[in-house]
Amino acid sequence: MTFEAVKRPVFAPWKDPDAIPLIRFEGVTKKFGEFVAIENLSLSIYEREFFALLGPSGCGKTTLMRMLAGFETPTTGIITLDGRDIIGVPPNKRPVNMMFQSYALFPHLTVAENIAFGLKRSDMPKDQIAARVDEMLALVQLSKFGGRKPHQISGGQRQRVALARALAKAPKLLLLDEPLAALDRKLREETQFELMDIQEKLGTTFVIVTHDQEEAMTVASRVAVMNHGELVQVETPERIYEHPANRYVADFIGDVNLIEGTISASEGETCQISWAEGQPLLNATPSELLAVGASCCLAIRPEKVSISSEEPTDAANAVAGRVLDIGYLGNISTYHVQLSNGKVIKAQVANHRRLARRAFTWEDPVWVSFTATAGVVLTE
Amino acid sequence: MNFRRLFLIAVPYSWLLLLFLVPFGIVLKISLSDPALAIPPYVPKFELAQGWAGIKAMFAAFDLENFVYLTEDNLYWKAYISSVQIALLSMVLTLLVGYPIAYGMANASEEWRPTLMMLVILPFWSSFLIRVYAWIGILGQNGYLNQLLQALGIIDEPLVILNTPIAVYIGIVYTYLPFMVLPIYATLEKLDGDLLEAAEDLGCSRIKAFWLITVPLSRPGVIAGCFLVFIPVVGEFVIPSLLGGSRTLMIGKILWDEFFSNRDWPLASAVAVILLLILIIPIVLFQRQQQRQQEAER
Ligand SMILES: Nc1ncnc2c1ncn2[C@@H]1O[C@H](COP(=O)(O)OP(=O)(O)O)[C@@H](O)[C@H]1O
Ligand SMILES: [Mg+2]
Repeated sequence: MTFEAVKRPVFAPWKDPDAIPLIRFEGVTKKFGEFVAIENLSLSIYEREFFALLGPSGCGKTTLMRMLAGFETPTTGIITLDGRDIIGVPPNKRPVNMMFQSYALFPHLTVAENIAFGLKRSDMPKDQIAARVDEMLALVQLSKFGGRKPHQISGGQRQRVALARALAKAPKLLLLDEPLAALDRKLREETQFELMDIQEKLGTTFVIVTHDQEEAMTVASRVAVMNHGELVQVETPERIYEHPANRYVADFIGDVNLIEGTISASEGETCQISWAEGQPLLNATPSELLAVGASCCLAIRPEKVSISSEEPTDAANAVAGRVLDIGYLGNISTYHVQLSNGKVIKAQVANHRRLARRAFTWEDPVWVSFTATAGVVLTE
Repeated sequence: MNFRRLFLIAVPYSWLLLLFLVPFGIVLKISLSDPALAIPPYVPKFELAQGWAGIKAMFAAFDLENFVYLTEDNLYWKAYISSVQIALLSMVLTLLVGYPIAYGMANASEEWRPTLMMLVILPFWSSFLIRVYAWIGILGQNGYLNQLLQALGIIDEPLVILNTPIAVYIGIVYTYLPFMVLPIYATLEKLDGDLLEAAEDLGCSRIKAFWLITVPLSRPGVIAGCFLVFIPVVGEFVIPSLLGGSRTLMIGKILWDEFFSNRDWPLASAVAVILLLILIIPIVLFQRQQQRQQEAER
């Protein structure tokens, strides 16, 4: 996850109070009859961003996107694009293009005609259209396929045609609704990087919808985690992963150990959490001063939990247990360690060695340990 | 080839042989014969009793006299041309009426569609003849239509519709409408709504998206509907004779007159053979189109 930060070290317009957002949602609510699909949502998206909307199925991601494209009108609230109110502007008059989840390629037109479709509706001269189509075909590496019909190419190629078609008019904003959902895993991962390359090359603002958290983390400059039509957290992938705002985000993004407890001592930067009878207090560093007695939840990623056969001497937190289960994932293994009170803690270990020489096996007594800063104290 | 396949192929082919090729062979034979005052009214007859010699004698008596006659009397080719013209025009009219109906049905809400479909098919539940007779009652000088228009004060004199080509077109469009609506509806219903949104997203107005996406994608349905109307209408006999009066010239009517008024079976058979030859072209085209569409859908 850290290469994101290396890649775009200075690109953070959301931190700049003077930056003018490309898109602004202000108190947007969308109801379908009585059903509230989007509730009082405010959000700014900046130029050149690769913005991901992440959330479970049915949380309103598509609805949000369709409001940007102009296919849905908010029940209340304002949406501006480039400072201009766009509510009521029909889809064909917006400098926004959308790549559909179903790709929606026109089956009666060739690949090249599909890409040219939007250009022909603009006032671009004919010879320039042909050049632009060639350029787009080259961009998505489909130069040889311009003459084929959509049913004569593979799923991955169709996905790229849909992308090229949506990009051909050089929109200010490109909307991608689950663009990779129909691809198999390997192709999907390759395509994620292709998408990032293309986005960087063109500098177009991308808003991508996905329910795949890895995809969102990989491609996006910022991720908006949604639930039930509301934004739960909008931050960079690193922040979302390392500093989830609440249990929902921590649980939704990646794997996590959630330990419920209460603050038993709190001084300066650190606090102690009592969480189970007969277990040692846990040391943690909350982001704000917490009152003693407040209930909280310590969220620790499995890769930040170490596992050892001897009791570690220098660890801030260490608890004893037994290996319950081992999940072998090739590059890493996940150990499920059951503590004496029944709680299961997940610890992830990189497999530097071959499997036969694994240090622990089922039923082995082990210690799991983590530093005071490894976990995040959540109070919501 | 295994027996199962052979059997499966044998069924439709024997059906075709029995109900199409054998009757056609008989009609072809009669068309080569000469009229006679006898029962049946033509010679030579097919007499198995005389054996091989009889068959030889029969073939020797065949000639193309009737076909030559068809080219000499211009009534016949005029009737053919007029039939094809009427069929083409009614095909276009049926399309113009049927497409909006199919479009409306396909865009109606899910729960209404079965009902609308029912309404389109409903007329088939009563006899075709009765429905055409009903149009006589509607279109006649003192029919309901004229009564209504006069009562509304739109016209003073009753309109003459019955026994004109207009009545024939009304009758044909009415009768054949379901054959146009259903195939078009089938293609429109399958149309992916995302395609229209994509077209709009790429800069089309709604109307433009209709012309650029909906129309071309519904073409297979339109073509099927057109053939399903055109082919039977060319040979249509009941509607022109009941609604069209003596002024509407159609080959189906001529056929009827030759068979039953003139009792000239050989000439009538020749008319039928030529009619079939005229229709073979669109039928073959239709089959090709159906085949191509099936391949495209695979
Ligand atoms: N046109 C509509 N009419 C009624 N309900 C809708 C409509 N579109 C979406 N919804 C509802 O709004 C909710 C959010 O839908 P959607 O935005 O498609 O979710 P997502 O894309 O996150 O899976 C869903 O519960 C869905 O049933
Ligand atoms: Mg969706």
